[in-house]
Amino acid sequence: MSSEDVGQQHPLGIYWAVWIGLFIVSGLSYATDYLQDGLLRWGLILLFMFVKAGYIVAIFMHLKYERWALIYALLLPPGALLVLVGLMWMESDYTWLTRVQYFDAPLNPEPAPVVHPE
Amino acid sequence: MAAAAGHATIFQDWGSDVSTFKGVPWGKAMMWIFLLSDTFIFSCFLTGYMTVRTTTAEPWPNASEVFGLTAFGYPVPLLLIAIMTFDLITSSGTMALAVNYGYRREKRKAVWLICATAIFGLVFVFMQMFEWYKLIFVDGVRPWVNPWGAEQFGACFFMITGFHGLHVSAGVAYLFIIARRVHKGKYDHTNYEIIEIVGLYWHFVDLVWVFIFAFFYLW
Repeated sequence: MSSEDVGQQHPLGIYWAVWIGLFIVSGLSYATDYLQDGLLRWGLILLFMFVKAGYIVAIFMHLKYERWALIYALLLPPGALLVLVGLMWMESDYTWLTRVQYFDAPLNPEPAPVVHPE
Repeated sequence: MAAAAGHATIFQDWGSDVSTFKGVPWGKAMMWIFLLSDTFIFSCFLTGYMTVRTTTAEPWPNASEVFGLTAFGYPVPLLLIAIMTFDLITSSGTMALAVNYGYRREKRKAVWLICATAIFGLVFVFMQMFEWYKLIFVDGVRPWVNPWGAEQFGACFFMITGFHGLHVSAGVAYLFIIARRVHKGKYDHTNYEIIEIVGLYWHFVDLVWVFIFAFFYLW
């Protein structure tokens, strides 16, 4: 087995490119804070989040260069988490409705303005 | 090599009756499996946060105001969090370079880059301490008290960022230990894959922050 089979040696350029890319995407991600709440903002938050996560996992953690046996062993199990998220989402909707209906909670409460004591 | 080798290799690798992850040192395979389990822990925290936030009938405070700071007389939303994000990305970059220089057998550069990574990590921890200090002692937020609405906000915040901060702190110690051992020549007989292993852990910490930043601070 040659040494390339064990190590993960790649040209330095790709790390610089990903590094700069992460800075730019983080900046864009931060900029979504200036958008109004809504599908556009939430979609962009998720998009930039997945782009950043993908860059980190694929290039910095070298997963892109590993064999499929390892890639699938790592990427498939978290799929179970989507089931958990889905179940909790359905359940939480029901809990919230119950609270609104029986505890007389307001439908769309406005958060109190944040004032930092000085 | 690698991913280009095709999907048929999945069955060959898993059915080969010898070690499955070919060309992956044991330490690296175990670090990956540890990180997979850690993924489940953080995901459970974030799912729990989603659940309490969607079930509460109390208003949820606006994070960009809660974590906003005043800079040069102007209020800037999430200022400290943005700096922490860029700090962590910078540390990820120096870590990736350290791994690369390790495999090139340029030990000196690799050791310095690991130390730089650890120092960026320390800076992150100090900024987080400042953030916690402000929230606890100035604003009076507790896991069970929130001056701006739902109490669950404090519980989620301290749980999630606290657990992440612990990971960063442990990572800083881990990085310094590995830097010292590499410097002393304990890994000279290897390919320096130990640097890639500590690097995997460090990149994972950055990865978790990406999700916390999106779901807790921006959402």
